Amino acid sequence: MNSGLALREGAGGLRRVLALRGGAAVLVVAVFAAFPLVITDQLITTIAVDTLIFVAAAAAWNIFSGYSGYISLGHAVFFGCGAYAVGIAARDWQITGTAEFALLPMAAAVAAAIAVPFGLIALRVRRHTFVVITIAVFFIFQLMAFNLWFTSGTNGLAAPFLLWSPTTFNDRFYYLALAIAAGAAGLSWLIRGSRFGLQLRAIRDDEDRARGLGVRAMPVKLAAFVISGAITGLAGALWFFFIGQVLPQSGFDPIFDLTVALMAFLGGLGTVSGPVIGALILEPAQQYLNLQITNNYLSQILLGSLFLAVVLFLPRGAVPTIGEQITSWRARQADRAPASRAAAAAVLAKGKSP
Amino acid sequence: MIRQLFHAVIDGILSGGVYALMAVGLTLIFGVLDIINIAQGILVVLGAYLSYALSVHLHLDLFVGLLVTVPAMFVIGVAIQWAFIRPLRGRDRTAMSLLACYAVAIIIEGILYWVFGPNFVQLNASYVTSSVHMFGFYLPYIYLYGFAIAVLLVGALYLTLYRTRFGRSVRATMQDRTAALLIGVNVNRVAALTFGIGVAVTAAGGMVFGATSGGFNPNSGYDLISRLLAIIVLGGLGSIGGALAASVFMLTVEAIVDIWSPTWSIVVFYAALVLVLTVRPTGLFGRQAARAQ
Repeated sequence: MNSGLALREGAGGLRRVLALRGGAAVLVVAVFAAFPLVITDQLITTIAVDTLIFVAAAAAWNIFSGYSGYISLGHAVFFGCGAYAVGIAARDWQITGTAEFALLPMAAAVAAAIAVPFGLIALRVRRHTFVVITIAVFFIFQLMAFNLWFTSGTNGLAAPFLLWSPTTFNDRFYYLALAIAAGAAGLSWLIRGSRFGLQLRAIRDDEDRARGLGVRAMPVKLAAFVISGAITGLAGALWFFFIGQVLPQSGFDPIFDLTVALMAFLGGLGTVSGPVIGALILEPAQQYLNLQITNNYLSQILLGSLFLAVVLFLPRGAVPTIGEQITSWRARQADRAPASRAAAAAVLAKGKSP
Repeated sequence: MIRQLFHAVIDGILSGGVYALMAVGLTLIFGVLDIINIAQGILVVLGAYLSYALSVHLHLDLFVGLLVTVPAMFVIGVAIQWAFIRPLRGRDRTAMSLLACYAVAIIIEGILYWVFGPNFVQLNASYVTSSVHMFGFYLPYIYLYGFAIAVLLVGALYLTLYRTRFGRSVRATMQDRTAALLIGVNVNRVAALTFGIGVAVTAAGGMVFGATSGGFNPNSGYDLISRLLAIIVLGGLGSIGGALAASVFMLTVEAIVDIWSPTWSIVVFYAALVLVLTVRPTGLFGRQAARAQ
């Protein structure tokens, strides 16, 4: 949409669009940074932290699945492994208090290390089979979390206790989550425009042709899978510190897999802002539903109906659909403007002549 | 030891037959519509709950109840296909159909929770609790009856697919949708009916599952669908014979590992899938790589 406008309006237009985009990005970051200063209600800031963690996870999911077209329903593996990695390390190395945050890079490293063999196996197959393999690997990991000797089984793990006052607790997590979310979105933007991102999107459009043109598909796909997994692991570790506890069924949650996928779809699969916007809409909506409707089952039914509505009525996501609307609207405006000016001039001329 | 092993194999074959019934429905839907019906698991549970409602409130025998639940599930299947699957088009159809089916699944799960609650229930009848003494161990009658009805239905499905005009149009659509359309097959009708049939068999599968699983609740659908997915991918997506063989194979392997470690037997289930696919990406009986991918 923007490139079309830029072509229409020349180099000046391109510069203007870039400046507009940069300005908008700065504004968005400023709004997010100011958010906890303005809104201090803990109920809301808790939802905000949750939402930002999902923004990071959805952006990470999109870096792999959105750009490459391989739909992963196994990203909860990375989320759960990130949480368990820091949980087990904190327990075994007796790490307490704020020192736990030093473990965050480890969560990313562990998730990345798991993504390599996972990807090497799963990325050999495509489409539906790939989806099923990711689901199968997901269930293997959930069962391992239940049954291995070092995971504490059904009891799960507790995060180190933080001696923060309730008011600063949410705010600090908010800025940490914001940093990870902004980092994930920024990385997603960098990758999309890069040679690497173009290779990924070529694979999405036609993998065999991309290979024919010299894209080394496996390393490219694997790299995206590992990057995506590492960020998801990071998000999982932060989520664990925030919630304070991880259980096999909450760390390795099938709903998580589908929620991040739905977020990306809602906003627009394969776009930079889509998954971010999708997460910003869906997670608060879900939390709000849970708070408002005490009947859990009804909120589940409503969530499912929302899913269906998105799939049926916004099949390409909100961002591309709205973007198209704006482009066509502006095109119509641009076409109409000279014509109406000419008509106005004609009317004026007619009025002036005796 | 040998006796235990023998028992495990018998057990695996009998429950494999029931899983085959559910898996054939799933693989048939994949073959014709090129979608994976993630909702199949919860539909099995729905079938089980329908049987439960009929037997508790109307005191219908479980097998007589099938005369009601199978047509009911058929109608539900056709309705789901018509309302949510048929409208999907475009490049992301694979992913969209997955999400649509999942959405259907969580709606059904929510409704089942609402109506029946989260408590585990089990289907009961005289033949569920009484056993037959065979080869030195006891086998509940329901396993035998369940296997019998599974064989009956799979046989009927096979005859329909390979001996009727409708079956020929289904297979034609599975081979090449466009070509089938060109020679005059009403592809949309075939798709709707196939989805209906694929869901209808879950009524019978669900009834036997509900009677043999030792209790189920609305959450049981997740476990079921992940097993069914493993089975149909292992058998080769869209391959009916593959689904039959893979169900019996997987359930037997699980039953044998179960002798040593009940907690890890299910991991073996998925690990077998991952292992087979690393060697043969098309599954055991998959068709050419380009189609099954």
